[in-house]
Amino acid sequence: MTPQARELWRMRIDRFGPVVTILVLLLAWEAASQARLVTPFLLPAVSTVLARIGKDFMSGKLLIDIGLTLYRTLAGFGLAAVFGILLGLLIARVKGVRWFLDPVVSAGLPIPKIALMPIFMLWFGLFDASKIAMVVFSSIFQIIIATWWAAQSVEKELVWSARSLGASERQILHEVVLPAAAPQIFTGLQVAFPLCLIVTLVTEMLMGGEGIGDTMLQNARYVDSPGLFAGIFMIGAVGYLCIGLLEVLRRRVLAWHTASV
Amino acid sequence: MSAAQNFLSRSAPLLFLALVWEFVSRSGLVSASALPPLSDVLGVFAGEHARDLAWQTWLSLARGAVAMAFAIPFGIAAGILIAWYLPVRVILNPLLQCLYPMPKVALIPLTIIWLGIGNASKISLIFVGALVPIVMSAYQGARGVEKTMLWTARSLGARESEVLREVVLPAALPEILNGVRTALALAFILIVAGEFVIANNGVGNLINLWGQAGQYPSMFAGILTISAAGFAVDRLFVAVSNRLLAGRRS
Repeated sequence: MTPQARELWRMRIDRFGPVVTILVLLLAWEAASQARLVTPFLLPAVSTVLARIGKDFMSGKLLIDIGLTLYRTLAGFGLAAVFGILLGLLIARVKGVRWFLDPVVSAGLPIPKIALMPIFMLWFGLFDASKIAMVVFSSIFQIIIATWWAAQSVEKELVWSARSLGASERQILHEVVLPAAAPQIFTGLQVAFPLCLIVTLVTEMLMGGEGIGDTMLQNARYVDSPGLFAGIFMIGAVGYLCIGLLEVLRRRVLAWHTASV
Repeated sequence: MSAAQNFLSRSAPLLFLALVWEFVSRSGLVSASALPPLSDVLGVFAGEHARDLAWQTWLSLARGAVAMAFAIPFGIAAGILIAWYLPVRVILNPLLQCLYPMPKVALIPLTIIWLGIGNASKISLIFVGALVPIVMSAYQGARGVEKTMLWTARSLGARESEVLREVVLPAALPEILNGVRTALALAFILIVAGEFVIANNGVGNLINLWGQAGQYPSMFAGILTISAAGFAVDRLFVAVSNRLLAGRRS
């Protein structure tokens, strides 16, 4: 084989190998369950899980669960994005705010926010308000810090030239700082999103109220393994789609940025 | 500004918030059962619950430490091998890609069914959660190693294992340390979430029990303890990373 041919094969294996691996694994899983190598209680066959997903879809339960989980995640994510970006900009541009919030945010970022969930349950109850508040609280620190650093690292010359051209502070914020900081802010949002999904699932497991997390825990309680695996498949798919969507959105929103640099 | 002044200026907002907390609940503006006064919460650390809290926190942190002790070397090795060898990449990378976008807390119910609610289920949950960001970072770091460094090492007669150990690993270190920091944060989330959902011991379980019993000062003290632990571990890790990377920023 010539070196070129060998390189071509390497590329082909690199591209299609993973698909083959996944297929082989799924087949091995199915075969192991069919041959009763493992009890179906611990590992139900893939076909059983897929059948279960189909059944839940037909009964409407699946869409309700996915819808509720998505609603809580996205509502929390949206609120965290709006207030996080706002606070981040304020910290970067207003000295008094920075003095007050810098220590608070720096202390808040590394603590495991999920530990405060019992307090949220105590204050806001068990319904959506409590869940969404928890999602906001868990993810907003990441967004604040990303926005703050992004706004702070905007080149001073850009701000100065805008100012010398007679731009108002408001215009500078809208026309200079925000666009220049946009890529880093978006990265902050992308880091925060998986956190939102994690926290939504945990709140659902702890507070109930349907959604994928609640359903999965119920299924575990009733040792309904096909339902449990269906939940894992679904949340994996939801996570995959949302993360992919954010990446697409990033390319759309920041298209001008990569082109102009 | 001197260091002491700087420290004072930075801690003033936090002190102010602590005072507000104490004031609103002492004065009855907020019910003490919704927000027990800070002094009561701190008093728990000197009270009868202190021993229990310390022991259960230790149990939780020990589980996290065991999981990390496995996740770090396994994750680094897996990440570098995935970057380096095509067969390993073809087999392990798809698994990684499947695990990556899935919130690992979704595995909590599964670990309950497979391994029960004791140490085995908690440790394996934290292990899987921490593993993914470490593998990812080691993979990215190893892939980004400059080719000239490899050629140099090889032309100087380094064996493949030496190249990996002496060139690739150090070059990927900054990225790996970042991944481990993410993994530590995730580990804390999984420690707490796993114990909140179901457990027979650990600080999360204790917080739950105190909350259900209406012993709110103790519940707040438990939350404060695990939050402080998360904060301290992160700071400590950043200090260690800076030390490890100190020589290269010249």
